[in-house]
Amino acid sequence: MTSVTPPAPALSRTLSYLRSNPTIPLALLLLAIIVLLEIIRPGIINERWLGNTVKFAIPLGMLAACQTLTMLTGGIDLSVGVVATITAFVLATQVPVVGLPLGLVFALIPALLVGLINGFGVGICRVHPLIMTLGTGLIASGCLQVYQRTVIATGVEIPELLVWLGTGRTWSVPNALVLFVPFALIIVLGQRRTGLGRLLYALGSNEHAAQLSGVRPWQVYFALYSLSSLIASVAGLIDLGLIKTASLSLAMPLVLPSVAAAVIGGTSIFGGRGGYGGTIIGALILTVLGTLLTLLQMPEGARRILFGLIILAVTALYARFTEQT
Amino acid sequence: MTPNDITKNAWTFGLALFLAILLLATKFIQPDFGISGLDSLSRAGLPFALATLGMAIVVISGGIDLSIASIMAVCGVTAAVLMQKSGDGAALLVVVFVLTLGLAIGAVNGALIVTTRVPDIVVTLAMLFVWEGAAILILESPGGATAPWLRDLIVGGVTIPGVPEDFTQWLPKSLVFLSCCFALIWLPLHRSKLGLMLYAIGSDQLAAFRSGVPVNRTRIIAYALSGLCAALGGLALTMSTGIGEPIPGPYLLASVAAVVLGGVSLSGGRGGFLGPILAVFVLRLVRMDLTLMSVDPNVTTIVEGTIMVIVVMIGGLIAVRGRNA
Repeated sequence: MTSVTPPAPALSRTLSYLRSNPTIPLALLLLAIIVLLEIIRPGIINERWLGNTVKFAIPLGMLAACQTLTMLTGGIDLSVGVVATITAFVLATQVPVVGLPLGLVFALIPALLVGLINGFGVGICRVHPLIMTLGTGLIASGCLQVYQRTVIATGVEIPELLVWLGTGRTWSVPNALVLFVPFALIIVLGQRRTGLGRLLYALGSNEHAAQLSGVRPWQVYFALYSLSSLIASVAGLIDLGLIKTASLSLAMPLVLPSVAAAVIGGTSIFGGRGGYGGTIIGALILTVLGTLLTLLQMPEGARRILFGLIILAVTALYARFTEQT
Repeated sequence: MTPNDITKNAWTFGLALFLAILLLATKFIQPDFGISGLDSLSRAGLPFALATLGMAIVVISGGIDLSIASIMAVCGVTAAVLMQKSGDGAALLVVVFVLTLGLAIGAVNGALIVTTRVPDIVVTLAMLFVWEGAAILILESPGGATAPWLRDLIVGGVTIPGVPEDFTQWLPKSLVFLSCCFALIWLPLHRSKLGLMLYAIGSDQLAAFRSGVPVNRTRIIAYALSGLCAALGGLALTMSTGIGEPIPGPYLLASVAAVVLGGVSLSGGRGGFLGPILAVFVLRLVRMDLTLMSVDPNVTTIVEGTIMVIVVMIGGLIAVRGRNA
């Protein structure tokens, strides 16, 4: 990247450093928004607020992990919202009937199924991931509606463990971090150091070259989309503990922000570039931004417009950068 | 019509034949199926057909428009809100305004794709959220009104003064409306240089550019035309329901599925416009048959979604084989 450019003055060297480490300007942006928030409503920033922000950012950050991983191969997974919701809803309705362990198994089956179908469509039929996951999401939400009719009488129970995980805190630190920190470490390290992680980058930068080097793309896609669905289902469980009601639209509003979080975090939607570190900051930025927009009493429509424009502006910016270097 | 024409359009003829068989099957399932059934089928299919027409134009030119359902929502609610405020007399002005709005929205999409050099799928995904937000801002919950004469334009059968009613009554007005839109958009495209240029940039952009096709301008025009079709679709939706609906319906996936089923290649440059329209009615009729067999509407959604996903997957497989051959 830098080998062809002549020795650069300090400014452009800093710029190119920032270009390859987008987390630094992102963290600064996050700080700026927090400062702005404190100016608008002095005294809002305290321990409690920090804990709440982190708590709400965690399900979003996990769903954004699905987008990050699929985007590395040039894909996207729009079925995560439905998958998370199904897992949470099935668990909440099955626990009173069959108990927690078996309920958990039942809850994970539909998620895995959706992931495998996505993998089949993307890996073997070569359907564009966006269309494919949109379609499976539609089918899955239909199934959820039908399922809801059959369990209308069973009642709902949210396991204590999930409530502890989702809402509880120990010394004002959210308990969900117990799960999220190892999860984030596994993803961040796994991306760079495991075979599957590197295959994702390889497929995203040049699928044909990867294929010629002996990669079987369909296997990677199967693994990737199943993994994405599993992550989404865990995110759904945490979200269930956080929201504490089993609704049919639990995680649906998180889909769009999850795409935005990954894009803001510097993961290229065209594949091959990016990582989970930026995505986590992206999720935090969006959560804080959400608080800010609520404070400013911005209506839902304007919020969606803003998210759309953010995605567009950031991808356009990154596209410019990659063209230059 | 020569035998050569038939072999060239074998897929379209096959679809037409399949549609006829399905119609017969419907008559078999529901012996009462007649004029009113035909009317409701054609009215339900109208917005889908118009969305599909718009999608087909963009897909043939080598792109994809994910924002089509959101544009329909924006145009539909704009029409409903404006018509409620103005009287019946101004409704014609409203129609002209909404069509211009659709054209402009489409042109904005196209211009963004061309200027940012971000792939169509990303730009239109971002714009999907933007237009969706705009629709919610214009009208928060379903409402508004339609001028009665507009509603009369597509509800019921055709009556021509002087001709016996039984003679023309079987022909639904909505089908005539669709044919008019189709003729107004497709015939000029089919005959002009613009149509040829659309196919040219769809099959090979570089080759088209070197042969002197203004690639960027043609792409913008393709998106503008798709926006116009979406506006017609949104208008048709408002006309047939009488109100504006800010949440976009399932038109995106349905239009992509119909385009693929109609024999248009998702990689661009190949296919016609009649096939996708026939495919829309095939898909609608399947749904109608399921409803007539009193299947749970949620199950119908699942079946419909499954059919669409399978169609897209088969389309993908065919595209893969075409590339390898």
